[in-house]
Amino acid sequence: MSLDRRAFLGVAGLSALAVAGTRSLDALTRRGRAEGASEARAATRWAMVVDPGKCRKDDGCTGCIAACDRAHNVPHFSERAHEVKWIWREPFDRAFPDHGGSLPEDAARSQSVPVLCNHCDNPPCVRVCPVQATWKRADGIVMMDYHRCIGCRYCMAACPYGARSFNWLDPRPRIKEPNPEFPTRTKGVVEKCNFCEERLALGRPPACVEACTEGALVFGNLKDPRSEVRRLLRSRHALRRKPELGTGPNVYYLV
Amino acid sequence: MNDRGLILGGLLLFVGLITLPVWYNVAAGTPSRPPELKLPAQGKDPFGTAEYMRASHMSLLVAWRDEVVRGGERTVVGRDGKTYAKSLTRTCMDCHSSRAEFCDRCHGYTSARVSCWDCHADRRLAEGSAR
Amino acid sequence: MSVCEKALVGGRRYWAWIGALLAVILVGVLFYLRQLHVGLGITGLSRDVTWGLYIAQFTFLVGVAASAVVVVLPYYLHDYHAFAKITILGELLAMSAVVMSLLFIFVDMGQPERALNVILYPTPTSIMFWDMISLGGYLVLNAVIAGLTLGAERRGVAPPRWLRPIVVLSIPWAVSIHTVTAFLYSGLPGRHLWLTALLAPRFLASAFASGPALLILLAMIVRRLASFDPGREAIQKLSVIVTYTMVVNVFFVLMEVFTVFYSGIPEPMAHFEFLFVGLEGHAPLVPWMWASMALAVISLVLLLTPRYRTDERTLAAACGMVFASVWIDKGLGLIVGGFVPSPLGDVTRYVPTLPEISITLAIWAVGVLLVTLLCKIALAVRGEPAGA
Repeated sequence: MSLDRRAFLGVAGLSALAVAGTRSLDALTRRGRAEGASEARAATRWAMVVDPGKCRKDDGCTGCIAACDRAHNVPHFSERAHEVKWIWREPFDRAFPDHGGSLPEDAARSQSVPVLCNHCDNPPCVRVCPVQATWKRADGIVMMDYHRCIGCRYCMAACPYGARSFNWLDPRPRIKEPNPEFPTRTKGVVEKCNFCEERLALGRPPACVEACTEGALVFGNLKDPRSEVRRLLRSRHALRRKPELGTGPNVYYLV
Repeated sequence: MNDRGLILGGLLLFVGLITLPVWYNVAAGTPSRPPELKLPAQGKDPFGTAEYMRASHMSLLVAWRDEVVRGGERTVVGRDGKTYAKSLTRTCMDCHSSRAEFCDRCHGYTSARVSCWDCHADRRLAEGSAR
Repeated sequence: MSVCEKALVGGRRYWAWIGALLAVILVGVLFYLRQLHVGLGITGLSRDVTWGLYIAQFTFLVGVAASAVVVVLPYYLHDYHAFAKITILGELLAMSAVVMSLLFIFVDMGQPERALNVILYPTPTSIMFWDMISLGGYLVLNAVIAGLTLGAERRGVAPPRWLRPIVVLSIPWAVSIHTVTAFLYSGLPGRHLWLTALLAPRFLASAFASGPALLILLAMIVRRLASFDPGREAIQKLSVIVTYTMVVNVFFVLMEVFTVFYSGIPEPMAHFEFLFVGLEGHAPLVPWMWASMALAVISLVLLLTPRYRTDERTLAAACGMVFASVWIDKGLGLIVGGFVPSPLGDVTRYVPTLPEISITLAIWAVGVLLVTLLCKIALAVRGEPAGA
């Protein structure tokens, strides 16, 4: 059989393409089936209600932030560029740019509120991820798979809340008290709040909620009419961040 | 063909060069020994025979990883009927307690670098240094 | 002798040029190894400005790649024979630009060893997935078209008939690569500089101005260095195309400015203010953006005046200005400007670092090297008598 160099390279290239193609087709037809969503989860929609009035921001309380950072090995970079944040504090008018009053002495301006991933109903970050490293669970939690993330940071461009952080450098040397029960991340992946899904699996509330001594953070199931979050939202007016973008945040702020 | 000598000579040189480490060890009298692993004192292969684990532990770990992270299925029933957490740092390392004397021996010997420890803590090491 | 070996024949100047490019590439590779080891923290990027020089170059170069269509379409579809010689240059330029843009994506990844996850876990909801398909496909299309056309020429026969549908397919495909690249940005809620339906048309207009401008310069260089003349008529026709696409490009920019400032909605306005006058005392891009505007205006004056357009020296200057103007607009302002201010209102300083700039230069050097080698091969084939 006569096969010159050019023909050989051509055949080899086409074969490689065909193998890659079938792999892709396989994955495409399989999609959606493997992400086992159980019945229990579909009856759940996790949500958080923040009561800024109860939050002790004046004496510099950072209990919720410290508890989260400890639980999840969140590193502390002194330079702002490389910061990693899961839950942090923002002035009210930055968190809610559309709700600020015009007067500088407006009561809301002096307030700050804890902010975190909103675990949106229609998350733009999930839509744009090219590898499904971030996805929405049936119980509403927007999850991250740090094993799969390729570090393209498209999700960070898509998130309108700045809730995602990238590991620009190795985070391990910057973790104050390593918690061996929870993995750290590696350089080159994106991370964010996971609504403490690892604690929810054990029937415990999120670390920030447990740490708040004032009861300013309330966590619960939005699909359960008797839940505390539903009771609060029934009785008081609440804001969500940038609802006009259609993302459907699941973190509420009581007015 | 007039450059047959050149081609064959080049090929020989190439083969010689890439097998250099082998010849070096033979000449120095340091033939390699397979790694000796520190095996747990008790326990009876709840997830598969030693042969299976040796060949497929990576597939098992990847499957567990995806089931826990992406499927939320956190436990597995072993061959002994007991329920285990699908956890490298807990279930596996509870018995294979030393990463250095178990994992690293083979992985170092075969020069197969794994990224598990970039994120997951070798708990005993972490606890030891914390004390 | 194989076709590729033609790239290995050249004089002292040729090898000095290749050597210089390889030196730039080597420096970039060394810095990339450092980036691989330390992480993307060695760039000037930050939590707020998450994409910078790399992704901006990617965006700009996809435009250059797409612009080959302005010679391919008249030549193959309308049998416009003046483009017979320059078309091959356009195709080679497009291939090199695609390779460069793929490299820029690659060096921007935090976990490059997981790059194949994009194929293993294909995700049709992600525009990045479609961008990969359209860019990869475009590279293959151009390689097949240029390869078969040259091969046929070498043997002195007509290219196979089935090549024609592939050529026709490559025309909408070229438009698609830059449209999809614009969709990467224009579909994101909360990024108000990009959240405009005009982004894709604007991308195409600026691409069809800057790409052919580069092609004119390349044709002039090739004519001087090799015994290959793409023809004065081809260059003049291209210059008319550059003129009108640049007019459309500037028109689109002005449309954006009107809508943003007359409506007075604060979020989109803040991005334009950051770019053109500075925000909260931060004005790193202001001189660049005004330089881009000035270059656009001067180049348009030159291009719109027939006397200057037909004089090849002023035409070359005008083409250089078009290229520089669009490069600043797309290769600096559009991406960085989209991240400042951040969704929370932060105005963050972004200055590319030395490693970042070196890696960027190295990828450009890869592209220039590819253009050099491909042109060398193509012109050698063209230069020798048919059937040799």
